[in-house]
Amino acid sequence: MAKSRAARREALEGFLFISPWMFGFLFFAAGPVIASLVLSFYKWNIISPPQFVAFKNYIKLAQDPMIAISLKRTLYYAMLSIPLGMIGSLTVAILLNQKLRAMRFYRTAFYVPSVTSGVATLLLWSWLFHPNLGAINKFLYALRIPFTSTHLVPNPPLWFGDPVWAMPALIIMGLWGVGGGMIIYLAGLQGIPEQLYEAALLDGASNWQKFRHVTLPMLSPTIFFNLIMSIIGSFQVFNAAFIMTGGGPANSTMFYALYLFNNAFVNFRMGYASAMAWVLFLIILLITLVQFKVAPRWVHYEGGR
Amino acid sequence: MNKITQQTNAESVFRRAARIRGIQTGLSHIVLMALSIVFLIPFMWMVVISFTKGEMVQAKDRPLYPAVWVTAKVGEQELPVATVSGKDGTKRVAIVEEKPTGARLQELSAMGAAIGAPFVVDPKRFGATGDLKLARATRFHFEVKNYLEFYQRLPFWAFLGNTLKITGLCIIGQLLSASMVAFGFARLRFPGKNALFVMVLATMMLPGQVTMIPSFILFAKLRWIDTLRPLIVPSFFGGGAFFIFLLRQFFLSIPGELEDAARIDGCSTFGIYRNVILPLSKPALATVAVFSFMAHWNDFMGPLIYTQSMENKTLALGLYSFKTLYGTEYHLMMAASLIVLLPVLAVFFSAQKYFVQGIIMSGIKG
Repeated sequence: MAKSRAARREALEGFLFISPWMFGFLFFAAGPVIASLVLSFYKWNIISPPQFVAFKNYIKLAQDPMIAISLKRTLYYAMLSIPLGMIGSLTVAILLNQKLRAMRFYRTAFYVPSVTSGVATLLLWSWLFHPNLGAINKFLYALRIPFTSTHLVPNPPLWFGDPVWAMPALIIMGLWGVGGGMIIYLAGLQGIPEQLYEAALLDGASNWQKFRHVTLPMLSPTIFFNLIMSIIGSFQVFNAAFIMTGGGPANSTMFYALYLFNNAFVNFRMGYASAMAWVLFLIILLITLVQFKVAPRWVHYEGGR
Repeated sequence: MNKITQQTNAESVFRRAARIRGIQTGLSHIVLMALSIVFLIPFMWMVVISFTKGEMVQAKDRPLYPAVWVTAKVGEQELPVATVSGKDGTKRVAIVEEKPTGARLQELSAMGAAIGAPFVVDPKRFGATGDLKLARATRFHFEVKNYLEFYQRLPFWAFLGNTLKITGLCIIGQLLSASMVAFGFARLRFPGKNALFVMVLATMMLPGQVTMIPSFILFAKLRWIDTLRPLIVPSFFGGGAFFIFLLRQFFLSIPGELEDAARIDGCSTFGIYRNVILPLSKPALATVAVFSFMAHWNDFMGPLIYTQSMENKTLALGLYSFKTLYGTEYHLMMAASLIVLLPVLAVFFSAQKYFVQGIIMSGIKG
């Protein structure tokens, strides 16, 4: 098919405009992904030349008890923080979705914490969770049964000093960021046409039924997208673990991403870390594919079935 | 039912519905207000601790506001001041001596002058089972010195300079390159366009760990480790899939007639990009700039991997070093954290709508 000169020119311009991305994709995305795979078949500590070990890294991975521990810890975190986070943001979004006067204030109050996340807030929370001096334990200890001097919580948890409580502390801290999801759900809620609610009302729907049969289905694409990004995100939790616990008391907060980092940049086992990275990649790919397969069963897109 | 009763029934139904709505709104307000306070309390604590004097941070029975112990000059000594309260009322005292066998107290007048002679109180009278309560006196005190002291511990000016450099250049790089790429995908036709765009989206789901190690090796071979270049240069090559996606959606919404009109006037493609699309995209570009700022100002893992020497670190990394070195000096840590947080808050409050817009554009697959 002969292409006109103009079309060919446009194609050239098109490639020119996207060339920065193509270059970046090659060198910082596709290239590294393939290089990572190749690297996983070698044993390399940067100083000495790399040694080809074929699948040994993967075999070691399967036998490494730390891998199982880190995967379990990451899953523990994901299974608690994702549902809690989504329910939390959705609930707050619903509460905020009324034409209240002070809505802008509330919206800001809930959203600022997620905007400011960074090392600064991690340091703040490590102070808040301090077993003796921190505000949280001081508050818990101060709770008393009314009119008595018996403490409701005479021995508040040691949080980051306790293998049992370190992860819950991180999860609680994560809930502080529900504002991010809240904004998305709020926008989604405001996009649901009023007529649907009116029709449901006419059919005699209660508030709960309205929620289940109008709100949830209409929000399902947003929920779906959020779910996928949350799962991918939970496998990459690094900052909090590195800065606040370094893997936690007794490896209780040894996230997979942290263990990977330690292998790569602390122990300089580049090949092994690359194998870990590829396993992570495959896990995420699998979960995402499963999500996409299951999606048609519960995700409603507005334009027909 | 006659017409009058019908009318009153309808009215009362409406009024009852309105009342229920009113109660619902009232309840929502209460819940939201309570939750907002809980959400903002951590920040309040940050401010309080950052203004609290160092030794007060660890003190027991410290009040909730920044305070210091009150002392009074009695004779030649500077003694701590406390209040003793019991059945007979409350007395202001200076603690001359506190021993397991007894506490010698000196009653003070409101002006701080000694009244009478020091007296001794049995320690058993204090405490949970006693009839007296001893509470050390405190007064409001904002220790502004914390803010003047923390940046002398570590080269914070260097950190600030590096962070500004990285953030500034990355914003420029991402604006330029993401807008160019998005323009290509939105407005130009070339073979494989859709497939390539799917690849752009796919990179959004790529976990950072997979590219992290080879990128490090690449930069190590280029001898860019311990410089700021690995943190700046990638922003000029694509700007990130998220921003490309965002800008492409926005560009698609600009009517094609404007472009046609410009072409008729003899405008080149690049001219269209520069003179038609960009000026109309200011809100979207502002959103990209704001998000880019946030991401790079707070970036921790990047500088962690690519920088080593103290002078090349960024604010985020500097805060972490502060924790490692001076982790028990919470008052300084909070002051430092607050300062690092301030620009983020400033940008957020002045550009709030761009934030919300950006999140909406990303979360709602539109």
